[in-house]
Amino acid sequence: MIEIGHVTRKFGAAVAVDDVTVTAPGGAITALVGTSGSGKTTLLRMINRLIEPTSGTIAIDGVDTRTLKPFELRRRIGYVIQGDGLFPHRSVAGNIGTVPALLGWDRPRIRARVAELMEMFQLDPAVYARRLPHELSGGQRQRVGVARALAAGPRVLLMDEPFGALDPIIRLKAQDDLLALQKRLGTTIVLVTHDMNEALRLGDFIAVMDAGKLLQFATPAEMLVRPATPFVEELIGTGDRPFRLLALAPVSEIVEPGTAGGPPVPATATQYEALASLAWDGRSAAPVAAPDGTIVGIVTVTGLLRHAARPR
Amino acid sequence: MTPVGIAFRLLVLVLMVAFLANPGLFEPLLLPLTRNGAPAIYVQGDLVALTLNHLAIVAMATGAATIIAVGLAMLVSRPSGVEFLPLSRSIVNIGQTFPPVAVLAIAVPLVGFGDRPALIALFLYGLLPIFENALVGLTGVPAAVADAARGMGLTPRQILFRVDLPLALPLILSGVRLSAVIALSTAAIGSTVAAKTLGEVIIAGLLSGNTAFVVQGGLLVAGLAILIDGVFVAAERFAAHRVGALQLRTA
Repeated sequence: MIEIGHVTRKFGAAVAVDDVTVTAPGGAITALVGTSGSGKTTLLRMINRLIEPTSGTIAIDGVDTRTLKPFELRRRIGYVIQGDGLFPHRSVAGNIGTVPALLGWDRPRIRARVAELMEMFQLDPAVYARRLPHELSGGQRQRVGVARALAAGPRVLLMDEPFGALDPIIRLKAQDDLLALQKRLGTTIVLVTHDMNEALRLGDFIAVMDAGKLLQFATPAEMLVRPATPFVEELIGTGDRPFRLLALAPVSEIVEPGTAGGPPVPATATQYEALASLAWDGRSAAPVAAPDGTIVGIVTVTGLLRHAARPR
Repeated sequence: MTPVGIAFRLLVLVLMVAFLANPGLFEPLLLPLTRNGAPAIYVQGDLVALTLNHLAIVAMATGAATIIAVGLAMLVSRPSGVEFLPLSRSIVNIGQTFPPVAVLAIAVPLVGFGDRPALIALFLYGLLPIFENALVGLTGVPAAVADAARGMGLTPRQILFRVDLPLALPLILSGVRLSAVIALSTAAIGSTVAAKTLGEVIIAGLLSGNTAFVVQGGLLVAGLAILIDGVFVAAERFAAHRVGALQLRTA
């Protein structure tokens, strides 16, 4: 849990972050969204004290960050930036092992940890451990960047536009990997992005900033349904709001009793995917299959549309 | 380095070793350059010893210049040392502006004749290329890399020694190469104040009107410069490859 209390940062006369109070819940992904110049990156960089707040307090799991030396604090917090920031003169293994080495782990422990992380990120240690960053693809470099940030098992991970340099297809895969990883490790993640789609897709919570102020902090569904200000509404874009709402919830939430023909829809699929599948097939209903393959009921177009409507 | 470049440098090396081991072999080539039955091969001094001493003076002067210039660049590339940048730049510029001959003239009354005035002149002359290259390298670390280093909890000292210096190494080597090659040719002037360098052979040739001496002294210095340059270029290539910057080099 990251508690940010009345934090302000001024650069000369300009106020980059203006009296922001927000709590990023532990074990969840909080997406920090805003246009450039909104103060979102400044706020992120104050969490690991790359920038010092002008006033206000920041506490991680109840510990005021000012009680630690900046470099000690940063070794406990994972940090991922756009364009990966890998050390070009260090091998993949050397890059991933950076923080463990700073923390004084012994060599066998570092080596074991690096191998574990490389496998977690689908990089065969035998092939990639000794490669230099410039010998990797963009997607691989991005994965090494995240692996490096997680090397010492931090409870908190800060990510600044981590997928900004990736092409769209690789970006989707990287986002999925991050979601799976976060589920597995339970890391508290704060992720800065200018892309509301990314925030809706990744965030358990979304914080919208503009001109240094926090406009709204809410779950994605809540933000879609009840944007706090016209600016938030504009960021979200109202054109395909019903579909975005459907994309946030699984089919399992709206299973109805009954029977239907045709191939089943998995219960774990999003409602958006279910609607797309039904619309494409021209069906009005489809059976829903639980992960073990049993049919648990049906999902109907009417039910889906009801769920896509503005809640009253 | 191209295969032709490597072959050329190997040829230079072989010719130099052959000449130093047995200068007599080359007498027929140099004889036409002499007049009035003057000797074609310099025998007043040991050519091997002169070559080694020439190299030693250059190595010492360039080594000292490297330590001071890289040290200064490290200092002024840190936030705490930025204010010393103009001063440091002035110091190394003065070193470059003073002609080595003038430095020799000033140094002799202070430290006497011999190798020492030559060392001082070469040291001062060598500072600028190393300093400017090191400064560009140390301040040119990509912003994302510098940010990541800080964000992961490297201390300022660790950032300097583990990130900035290794990444600046190709450029630093390039500066040292320039200085060393300039020093190799400039060192010959040191013999005007009795420094034991290959300049002795050239000066003896000039004084006695013996072109053969001038040519053999000059060729030996040129050969050394070509070889030293080759060694540093190879080292630069290797270092640049290590930092993944090879594609940035056009040379």
